Amino acid sequence: MTTETHVDHTNYVKIWAILVALLIVSVLGSMSHVREIVLIAAFGVALVKAYLVAKNFMHINVEKRWVPYLLIVCLLFIAILFAGVAPDVLKHNGLHWSKNPADVLVPSAAGATKNE
Amino acid sequence: MSASAKPIANARSGTGIPSARLITWWVIASEIVIFGGLLASYIMHRVAHPEWAESASHTLTWAGALNTFILLTSSLCAVLAHQAADSHDGPKAAKLLRLTALGGLIFLCVKGYEWTLDIREGFVLSSGGFWSFYYTLAGLHGLHVLAGMIIMLIVAADAAKNEELQRVECIGLYWHFVDIVWIFLFPLLYIAK
Amino acid sequence: MSTHVEHAEPGIFRKYFWSTDHKMIAMQYLFTGMAMALIGGYFAYVFRMQLGFPNQYVPGYGIVTPGRYNALVTMHGSIMIFWVAMPVLIAAFGNFLIPLMVGCDDMAFPRINRLSYQIFLLSVLVLLSSFLVKGGPFGGAWTAYPPLSAVGSYNLTPAGATLWLVAVALEFVAFLLGGINFTVTTMNSRAPGMKMYDIPLVIWMIVLASIIFMCSAGPLIAGAVMLLFDQTMSTGFFDPTRGGDPLLWQHLFWFFGHPEVYVVLLPAMGIVAEIIAVFARKKIFGYKTVLYTTWAVGFLSFVVWAHHQFVAGIDPRMANIFSITTLLISVPITEMVFLYIATLYGGSIHLDTPMLWALGFIAEFMVGGVTGIFLGSSGTDIYLHDTYFVIAHFHYTFVPIAIIAVYGGLTFWYPKMFGRMLNETLGKIHFWGTVIPFNVIFIPLFITGTAGDQRRVYSYALFAEQSRPALQHLRLTSTIALLVMLSFQLIFIFNFFWSLRNGKSAGANPWRSATLEWTVPSPPPHGNFAVMPTVYRGPYEYGLPGGADDYVPQNVPDQAFGDQNS
Repeated sequence: MTTETHVDHTNYVKIWAILVALLIVSVLGSMSHVREIVLIAAFGVALVKAYLVAKNFMHINVEKRWVPYLLIVCLLFIAILFAGVAPDVLKHNGLHWSKNPADVLVPSAAGATKNE
Repeated sequence: MSASAKPIANARSGTGIPSARLITWWVIASEIVIFGGLLASYIMHRVAHPEWAESASHTLTWAGALNTFILLTSSLCAVLAHQAADSHDGPKAAKLLRLTALGGLIFLCVKGYEWTLDIREGFVLSSGGFWSFYYTLAGLHGLHVLAGMIIMLIVAADAAKNEELQRVECIGLYWHFVDIVWIFLFPLLYIAK
Repeated sequence: MSTHVEHAEPGIFRKYFWSTDHKMIAMQYLFTGMAMALIGGYFAYVFRMQLGFPNQYVPGYGIVTPGRYNALVTMHGSIMIFWVAMPVLIAAFGNFLIPLMVGCDDMAFPRINRLSYQIFLLSVLVLLSSFLVKGGPFGGAWTAYPPLSAVGSYNLTPAGATLWLVAVALEFVAFLLGGINFTVTTMNSRAPGMKMYDIPLVIWMIVLASIIFMCSAGPLIAGAVMLLFDQTMSTGFFDPTRGGDPLLWQHLFWFFGHPEVYVVLLPAMGIVAEIIAVFARKKIFGYKTVLYTTWAVGFLSFVVWAHHQFVAGIDPRMANIFSITTLLISVPITEMVFLYIATLYGGSIHLDTPMLWALGFIAEFMVGGVTGIFLGSSGTDIYLHDTYFVIAHFHYTFVPIAIIAVYGGLTFWYPKMFGRMLNETLGKIHFWGTVIPFNVIFIPLFITGTAGDQRRVYSYALFAEQSRPALQHLRLTSTIALLVMLSFQLIFIFNFFWSLRNGKSAGANPWRSATLEWTVPSPPPHGNFAVMPTVYRGPYEYGLPGGADDYVPQNVPDQAFGDQNS
């Protein structure tokens, strides 16, 4: 049984140059005053960078197929956690109920409600 | 410990992935949920508290960007060390690993300087929700950088003698993961204001 | 790679405290867990005495004050779950069984294994040290809800709270290291020929439990760091007066806490599967179906957590969703129990002590599962929440898991661990002396809970709306049954240590079992197998007609038995 997976060592310096260029893009994008551009510069670029590192530096594309799936499942559990918790922590008021007593006691929660 | 003292169990590879790399992947999987839980908590609070934007505007974008650059570069060194280990050039791999660890050290120095500036301005761990998450997230990540550096120096010491070269790739994988975490921390803490 | 090297006889310290041998590490976990069980049981005795005989002197403890009562119940819960169930069910059985049952000489990473136990021991010491600090051990319940757990002036045990949190975090690190090692060993180090579906169920279950633990513990580790900062550095992650959200902790806690139920349930299910196959002399009915239901349980366990929070003010729409998923998870668990019962059908059943424990597990766990339906439905839960009904339900799941199945596993593998048989008569007395009082403890608590007895109440007489003197005889019954159950444990302890020297010599395979651990001498030597085995068949080839014996071990080639198994 072979235990060696052969990795083609690509031109890592080129990948690194792309990553640095993306970093500059995201810093420049953050100076924009358009909210959408800032968000794309921040998180869109981060996703691309993470993909490049995972593919080219961690060689996840030539690893056994189930390894990326395993990591994706772990991310999925975090997504489930987020989906289950967000209705309570992210939203302070619903359509049919509110937390009036808490708003009186806690100024910051009231502040969040006002800004929604 | 010499290689002959390892159990037979360590040498087997039912999955086709060597045990050392397999355990690294599982470590990364468990780290994903640790950082994921903390990041999810932060994102929820951040969206629920628009007033945190004021605190976030005080973070030093240049320091975050510089640290991103340093970590990306150290990741390059780590992957080059892996390449050297694959061609059985232990001393070269060791040199590159030490360079990677040096990158980690510079990262922590920049972080320390940045935190000093923050604290001088009066922003400490208990200065409010945003700052609590800011220090906790970056602190947990910093601990991982520190741990990675220590392990990397141990691996480099073996690699310099052409021993345990399979470990070079594994510590590299861990380092890239720590790099990816920072790639997401950077926009979350410094860009999205 | 060469075979293992022969060691010179190491010193006592290196042999018992610094060993990398998986069997020695298993014993370290087992004996630490059993010692902690004595402490946890002692605490149960003290607070049950307080409830049965309010405000009277408790022999061996003294007068129970309200603060001490809180600390006692908190420590009983934490110790029994984190420092008894986890180390014994997963770490002790996992360490002992995995290399033996998959046919290799040790764990894939023996030194990580040793580190795992050392961190676990450190967590035990941190927890025990909290008994000595000012204010005593943590008294904010094992769920540690903030702001009670976050603010020292609320829980009155500031030092104990921080030490508790550190101990829990260390314990998690220990089990992450151990669990990852289990997973890698099972995936990579199996004997040649052992395919995915030739792995004994108990190994599957321990590994899946480790993976579930690994995927669920992360957010709580993050939460523990946040709570630690809340306690010690005046941050406000979970404190509403400082802009935090206490619900977040509840979510992070139960996102771990509910999968944790299945983390301990699955190894218990695996142990029971091994035992019933051997003592019914029958192949497990639907081996693959058992596995599929396990995977379904594993996945579903991640989407049920908020049923612990129905009264906490969560979004009512989410309460609907979590009710449905909670009821859904009972389907695969029920299917698993049916498969076990189907295995028994038509078997040649031998009622030795391990089998009694296994059957006891199935019967008692079903009561726990069925009462869970009431608590998983948000409507009934709002009435029953925080009453003794919850306590009774919880103990009908956890006692079968952490006590009954563990006794089953211990009596089953004791000959392999120590080379001698336990005394059967004492074993049977101990079984009936444990299972009958167990039911007498908790059936009355279902009744008091339904009548409205709140949990975590130090003395009912002090609260007019809680007093209900008519229920006192039920509370007393429960306490007396606990005393009976605890006293019968002395028989087991005597049997355990007496048989170490005086038990009948076991031989390699006293139960005529087909899995690999029974092919080596008892106790197994360093390196386990003289010749590394090769596997030719699944683990449950029992009840075969015609041959000299009615079973075929996994490592015997086909031609040795002719074509009867082809």
